Amino acid sequence: MKNTGLAAYRDVAPPGTVEFLSRLGEKVRGRTFRHINSTRQGGGVAEILMRLVPLMNDLGVRADWEVLEGTSEFFRVTKAFHNALQGEEQVITEEMYQDYLDCNQHNATRLDLQADLVMIHDPQPAALVLRREPGSAWVWRCHIDVSRPQRRVWTFLRRYVEQFDAAIFSLPAFAQRLPIPQFLVYPSIDPLSDKNRDLPEAEVAGILHRLEIPRDKPILLQVSRFDRFKDPVGVINAYRLVKRRTDCRLVLAGGGAIDDPEGKLVLAEVREAAGQDADIHVLELPPDAHLEINALQRAAAVVLQKSTREGFGLTVAEAMWKAKPVIGGAVGGITAQLLYDVTGYTVHSVEGAAYRTLFLLHNPEAAIRIGRIAREHVRRHFLITRHLAEYLMLLHELTA
Amino acid sequence: MTRFEFMDCRQLIQILGLRADDEQELADLLAEVPQDSVYHHTHGHFLRHGFVGAPYPNDFATWAVTQVRDRALGERLAVVSPLDHPTLEDLRQEILDILDDHLSRLNIVPRVIFGEPFEFIQSRVVEVPTGIEAGSLAEFRTGLATVPASAIYFHAIESARRLPHTQTDFTVWLREGLGMPVLASAVGRLDPYAGSLERLRTEIVRLCDAALVGEADASVRGGEVGVQP
Repeated sequence: MKNTGLAAYRDVAPPGTVEFLSRLGEKVRGRTFRHINSTRQGGGVAEILMRLVPLMNDLGVRADWEVLEGTSEFFRVTKAFHNALQGEEQVITEEMYQDYLDCNQHNATRLDLQADLVMIHDPQPAALVLRREPGSAWVWRCHIDVSRPQRRVWTFLRRYVEQFDAAIFSLPAFAQRLPIPQFLVYPSIDPLSDKNRDLPEAEVAGILHRLEIPRDKPILLQVSRFDRFKDPVGVINAYRLVKRRTDCRLVLAGGGAIDDPEGKLVLAEVREAAGQDADIHVLELPPDAHLEINALQRAAAVVLQKSTREGFGLTVAEAMWKAKPVIGGAVGGITAQLLYDVTGYTVHSVEGAAYRTLFLLHNPEAAIRIGRIAREHVRRHFLITRHLAEYLMLLHELTA
Repeated sequence: MTRFEFMDCRQLIQILGLRADDEQELADLLAEVPQDSVYHHTHGHFLRHGFVGAPYPNDFATWAVTQVRDRALGERLAVVSPLDHPTLEDLRQEILDILDDHLSRLNIVPRVIFGEPFEFIQSRVVEVPTGIEAGSLAEFRTGLATVPASAIYFHAIESARRLPHTQTDFTVWLREGLGMPVLASAVGRLDPYAGSLERLRTEIVRLCDAALVGEADASVRGGEVGVQP
């Protein structure tokens, strides 16, 4: 990370953005804004808070970020909550609910919960709201899709969520009907982070050389965890349809297989589907392989995110920011990013992915046009500067 | 004379938790949502589609065409102009009438199959000063050409909701601040819903340029200032 303050965003954010943020900062200068989540490292929430909190302070807001302390049992419980809230059938016992509440109670005595705005990220710290103090506004920031939860878990969580002043969701489709105001805030990418900053061509070439990816033919790329909902085998099948007519390589780059038994299984399926095809490269990358992902996205001719189920899918915005044409599954936040035939293509099938890949490989002018518009779409809607503005507007509106 | 202060703005979007999967549901929900939501989907649209233009000038028409694939309804909704409906209730009723009439001619209710449902939302506008001010027509013209498009939205569209008789911040200041009623009327006659915010900016700048030429001519002749109606 070379960037520091807000001024560094002047050249990448839409014109007038830094000025708007500075003026908005003047309206909320000196107010306190506390974020609380469950992890300091790993995952999209920590990644964005790491950048948002210093930027808020740059603007005169007294922002900080606290992390929940929990036992491994607590995190096992909240992982089960997480899966249940996203619709997977889970067994949650009374004891598990009690563990959750005990951990929140312990943290309520440990953490300073006094701020003008307290933003609680995701379900893990939601019960802290029981200890809210007068004079603070409390907002629940939900980063997951809770539209089709396991009913019993949602009923349990809902009683806490209703005690917040507002909730924030990443898409209208991810929300539940609640008696409190619900705001829409898209997640964002940081254009100056290692994953997204400009990379000189020599650095891209060096990284691809190190990863042993030749650049002798067009590269199709999907970056995602080895997870069935990301449909990596579907991507291989789409590649095979493309390969019949146009020579190319496929790179499937992801992580998450080391500690995740299901990830290992999916990775094995992917390797089996790839067979002996030397033009399919399956890369297991560590969680901090930001520069590698950046280089792969820049080297790709077409980027795929052929998910069958998705949260927001910010890897799409990452590739769009690099002016790449992206083909994505028509699910979750991908449809907010890929406007059909304008900023990319959403598809519903392997055949659709193959057809649009061929179209883009054989119509370089269309690929360039889409990539250019895609980058501008991201500039206006999915950069951290927009995210920052919306959090400051919330601070302004809820603590006025 | 009061100086004109250019303000910039952004929308904070609020989800209402009401979604329509077919055109009948769209009509039913439209009848009950708050006026703020009607406003958001018809006026607020312009602030959200600055760069990648939507195919039609309101969210209802765009949804009918892109998600339901009902071009006939989309076309009918597209020509509804907020200018023809002085209140949001009038505007809501006009859209409902079109929906009812359209549905009465069909044997089935068109619905989303592969697309996305219509999500009713509303927004709060938060404004901040841009730091750009004008005390003369020349300064106004320079400021207008410089400010972000969202500032044009705030003064030319959003302000009409705050001010009586379809006035906007621009027309009020040109008339009362600068004493240029002819120019104010000409700006007031522009249709902000007919194109993009950039097109609207270009049109107002063009009118200002014409008035500035008129001002220069008048200073030579000692005649009246302003563009021709």
